[in-house]
Amino acid sequence: MNQLVYLVPLFPLIGFLINGLGRKSLSKSLIGVIGSGTILASFIVSLVLFFNVKNNGAVVVDYFNFINIDSLKISFAFQIDALSSLFLLIITGVGFLIHVYSTAYMQDEEPQHYGRYFAYLNLFVFSMLLLVMGANYVIMFIGWEGVGLCSYLLIGFWFKNDNYNYAAKKAFVMNRIGDLGFLLAVFWLIAKLGTANYADVFAHASSLTPFDVTAITLLLFVGAMGKSAQIPLYTWLPDAMAGPTPVSALIHAATMVTAGIYMIARSNVLYSMSAVTMNVVAIIGLVTALFSATIALKQNDIKKVLAYSTVSQLGYMFLGLGVGAYTGAVFHVMTHAFFKALLFLGAGSVIHAMHHEQDIRKMGGLKKHLPITHLTFLIGCIAISGIPPFSGFFSKDEILAAAFAKNPVYWGLGVAGAAMTAFYMFRLYATTFLGTFRGTHDQEHHLHESPSAMTIPLMVLALLSVVGGFVGVPEILGGHHELHGFLSSVLTTEVAHESSKNTEYVLMGISVAIAAIAIIFAINKFSKKPELQDAQGFGKVLENKWYVDELYDTFFVKTTLAKAKFLKDIIEKNVIDGAVNGVGKLVNYSSRQLRLIQSGQVGNYILFMVLAIVVVILLWVNDNHLYQYISKLF
Amino acid sequence: MPIQYYILLALTLFSIGIVGVLTRRNAIIVFMCIELMLNAVNLLLVAFSKMQYNLAFTNNKATVAGSEAQLFVFFIMVVAAAEVSVGLAIIVMMYRNVHSVDVNFLNRLKN
Repeated sequence: MNQLVYLVPLFPLIGFLINGLGRKSLSKSLIGVIGSGTILASFIVSLVLFFNVKNNGAVVVDYFNFINIDSLKISFAFQIDALSSLFLLIITGVGFLIHVYSTAYMQDEEPQHYGRYFAYLNLFVFSMLLLVMGANYVIMFIGWEGVGLCSYLLIGFWFKNDNYNYAAKKAFVMNRIGDLGFLLAVFWLIAKLGTANYADVFAHASSLTPFDVTAITLLLFVGAMGKSAQIPLYTWLPDAMAGPTPVSALIHAATMVTAGIYMIARSNVLYSMSAVTMNVVAIIGLVTALFSATIALKQNDIKKVLAYSTVSQLGYMFLGLGVGAYTGAVFHVMTHAFFKALLFLGAGSVIHAMHHEQDIRKMGGLKKHLPITHLTFLIGCIAISGIPPFSGFFSKDEILAAAFAKNPVYWGLGVAGAAMTAFYMFRLYATTFLGTFRGTHDQEHHLHESPSAMTIPLMVLALLSVVGGFVGVPEILGGHHELHGFLSSVLTTEVAHESSKNTEYVLMGISVAIAAIAIIFAINKFSKKPELQDAQGFGKVLENKWYVDELYDTFFVKTTLAKAKFLKDIIEKNVIDGAVNGVGKLVNYSSRQLRLIQSGQVGNYILFMVLAIVVVILLWVNDNHLYQYISKLF
Repeated sequence: MPIQYYILLALTLFSIGIVGVLTRRNAIIVFMCIELMLNAVNLLLVAFSKMQYNLAFTNNKATVAGSEAQLFVFFIMVVAAAEVSVGLAIIVMMYRNVHSVDVNFLNRLKN
């Protein structure tokens, strides 16, 4: 089985090369087949690897020495274990569905841009696979940077729109801030342990001082903050909705943004050694979950609501990691990949039907026009709201139960966030699909259900959103939590939370009841009378995202631009240009003066010659004899 | 007679020669000044050779010390004579071409 491992990232790479190089000559249908087919091939190989891991355990496949300097050896190796094989399935499985969906969604693009789109998408899948398959932090970093690049390229896919380019730039810069933290952590690890291999690092982790562990884990978490859009580096993710909707589904919901969670789950041995970092992760996660949920309450762009919802759900995952429920976090990554990809693709289907209208105030009553989209979107909303037996319930409940065991306040705030989640998701649902149509007559005339290339992925994801949670049914509900047993070989430092059965039943009951109340309230409130006016008072603050973008703009962007302007106008003009031009002027002037020496008068030349001879003699014979002799002479 | 007088005389002649070369424009006078410098050097050579001979003579009556310098002077005279003939020829040619023996007149290469 080991010889199959390299095929997983190889297929998307081949797809990237073919689509990228042949984008001007290949036909659209061929590009779509290549783009999706390579991911399907990867998915099949991933399935084989997954069952191999399940039956025979983890493998590490070493290919070649990537870096070999003195005692530092970093090999290009892939590690296929429970965690990475699960992520492989999520990436290639959901990725394949989204590729299929894209073939229809991007049909209006010119063939050349269509090819470019699929090339980027394949390159993204390739980078993401490297990220999760690498057997050391350096390979992970290659993938980490690769997905950041693809995210940038795909957010700015419609590069003729300046706003989209700005959003792409913002995402890239914010990710770079996080990447710096990641990179420093890897350097720190190599400096202290001399290796970046997971196996070696975790085996020797106990030799690190507490300070080193805390610093390394915090720096790694800075990387996760950037990639997984946590406070304070989250503002790029909502702006990243500038990209095509399937991109938002694949990169900014299902896969790339969960890289931070993967990285922390992978490093769980290190994280469990530092209580400080664990608390920081839990608190940042919780604050992000609540903060972005409040913003999502008042957004009117269908994709922005989902974007803030994604940030919020990522916050839950970090809360899970922070309280030691690594399995719960990974479980939530999986179910979130299903239902959030479903929701984004559903939103894409709506946008497609509405001819690129994204404002939910101009929608309404789409239920009868888009029956399949409506049904699958509803399933996604129920799943994310945490209603049993949909998948979101099991994963979210596991995180909340672990949070309760750690600190009941975490649980209380988590449930409040879950209630907000249910509320804004059904506000979105009710405003979009219920009530009466509020768009133009022309739009209503053209409303249509999307083609089957779009609806089939929706149906598959809806099915997964319904049943995806059954791999992690907790024991108190009569399940075995198969995922927990599967992942236990990697997530060795999982904190077992022991609560009595009755407590857990009560906790579940409360969270489900609150979510159900929020859902009913939201449907009643918005199905008949949606919010069409701009919000007033506090709602206005939420609608403007707590003015965080403006705050960052004032404090960071403006000051940086002011510094840059100072450098450009003062330093550049006077100092740099002054030095360069000054040297030029000096040479020019001195040569002008030097030219006068060459007068053409023979007498002058001889005079210089005589003077030079006198000088040379004085310099040469500067010992005392000459002076003595001359003084004796006169 | 002390050697200093000879040195002073040679120095004076040489300086006159240099000043003449630097200040005069007439090619023939410049030429004469060059001869003056050459002869100042000759004088110095002869004076030093005589001094060497006198110093060595008290110890050894058969000495030939200093004679190399006097031989050297003859060589300089011969070379100077050859140089004069070439130099005068150049001056004659110059006069034929530009009707002047002013050295500053030969500034065609300037600028």
